[in-house]
Amino acid sequence: MEKILIGLKTNRTFFIYSVLAFLLVVIAIFAPVIVSHDPLEAMMKDAFQEPSSQHLFGTDKLGRDCFSRVIYGARYSISGVLLLVAVVFSVGTALGVVSGYFGGKIDAIIMRISDLMISFPGTILAIAVAGIMGGSLINAVIALTAVSWTKYARLARSLVLKIKKRDFVDAAIVNGGTPIHILWQHITPNILPTVIITAATDIGSMMLELAGLSFLGFGSQPPTPEWGLMLNEGRQQLQTAPWLMVFPGLAIFITVVIFNLWGDSLRDVLDPRQDG
Amino acid sequence: MSNKQLISRIGQFVLVLLGISFLTFALTMLSPGDPVKQMLTGGEDVFVTAAQVEELRHELGLDKPFILQYFDWLYRTMHGDLGFSFMARLPVVDKLWECLPATVLLSLTSLAFMLVVAIPAGIVAAVKQNTWVDYLIRSFTFLGVSIPGFWLGLMLLWILGLHLGWLPIVGGRVALDTIILPALTLGIAMASKYTRQVRTVVLEELHQDYVMGARARGMSEGYILWKEVLPNAMLPLITLLGLSLGSLLGGAAVVEMVFSWPGLGRLAVEAINYRDFNLIQGVILWIACMYMIINLLVDASYHYFDPRLRMGEK
Repeated sequence: MEKILIGLKTNRTFFIYSVLAFLLVVIAIFAPVIVSHDPLEAMMKDAFQEPSSQHLFGTDKLGRDCFSRVIYGARYSISGVLLLVAVVFSVGTALGVVSGYFGGKIDAIIMRISDLMISFPGTILAIAVAGIMGGSLINAVIALTAVSWTKYARLARSLVLKIKKRDFVDAAIVNGGTPIHILWQHITPNILPTVIITAATDIGSMMLELAGLSFLGFGSQPPTPEWGLMLNEGRQQLQTAPWLMVFPGLAIFITVVIFNLWGDSLRDVLDPRQDG
Repeated sequence: MSNKQLISRIGQFVLVLLGISFLTFALTMLSPGDPVKQMLTGGEDVFVTAAQVEELRHELGLDKPFILQYFDWLYRTMHGDLGFSFMARLPVVDKLWECLPATVLLSLTSLAFMLVVAIPAGIVAAVKQNTWVDYLIRSFTFLGVSIPGFWLGLMLLWILGLHLGWLPIVGGRVALDTIILPALTLGIAMASKYTRQVRTVVLEELHQDYVMGARARGMSEGYILWKEVLPNAMLPLITLLGLSLGSLLGGAAVVEMVFSWPGLGRLAVEAINYRDFNLIQGVILWIACMYMIINLLVDASYHYFDPRLRMGEK
């Protein structure tokens, strides 16, 4: 935490990207204040209007204001991806820590499952899981977690194996610390920074995966103004109303760029050994 | 590969396939709908009696315990029978063969595009590290990995297809003019990733001691690059290439959907929408097989490219 604060003061690129990322979150939180129309309100007589001063990004087939939907979309898309990263991070790290600390059979089982997942293209499995369970944001998160946790598990496991050999862990064991106490107080705090950096740099690519599932219809469902889903709806009107496709996609693109830049600069701040 | 290694790799291959097959089979249990009913109605609003549903369920063996069903299915699968696809009205195996060429063709075309762009770009970026050329290439690759593939595809379709009218916007067939856009869309994303990897690998080699040694002996930079650095960089790059090809064969579903490309990815999505479980299981198993065969070939190719392994065998 301290390092991040120092980084904000001393590292100008990190400061700028942090502000931009923060701005996205602010847009998501204050969406109701920013927008000019209700994102769900259908006005059939206003359908398919081109972008104008009234409707900055035009309107869709139900006459809903595209600008308002894109702004509201920040809520669903950004909270969705943060939820996804948090879940993948927690599940993967927990399994990895347990696997690395206890070793033996638990380790063998977790690692064999992880081998299985790695020797397989994850995207198609995520599509199948999300699609079969039925499209919803939660199911999409479950599906992507099922195929992405292995990366975190492997990372956490290797870090735990390194730390386990250190003297302070032995000291804690000799002092009669329970495994839960040792894991929570001594092991986890030491591996978190590295795993968090990985999670931060993954936000962008996770967002692409999640939007991809929504685009296929296996994520958020209508009438949610979620960017991937809006693109799916917009692509049918590619010829007549291209603005329905341009703006939600641009929103995803910009958000992913900002989060990728932020993740990379966070890594530079927290882990100065790596460069470029 | 020594015989022992080969046997252990094949054993692993079989184990993973068993795991994957169990996973794909278990997927059907996640489904909220009733596949038997779906089969009878064909997804339409037709009335069927409970007795009819039960009869078909019994006939298909779907009233047996899960694990027995799995073994039944595994037995049939090992005999090359993946069941009948209700969506395609064909045996699943036939449908898979039908869609395979389109996916392979698209994968290889995008892979070719990726190599033509990424190898020179990556090498140049590494050699000219921290100059404007490097920054320019890195900026492009950064944008390339951040852009959503489906959006890039739609934009290309809109600009090149609709506005300029250079390329057809109606897909659904495999031809020279319809492959350009999906291959370009996939290729741009892949090339961005691969350029970064090529750059990293070449940079790593350039920082090795032997390069300094070669420079000290007065060898030209060109000689060092072509005769020393690149051959050494080959090996990791081939691994990454194998992974790219594997993910292309399995993960192009979104782009195939955008361009209505009649390949395996689109087949998977359609099968899911139709709840055609035989077909879903078939596609996933099929893609898993291809992915693993490619990985096996990549491992085998080490042998060809790495003299240390070739010699060590004797």
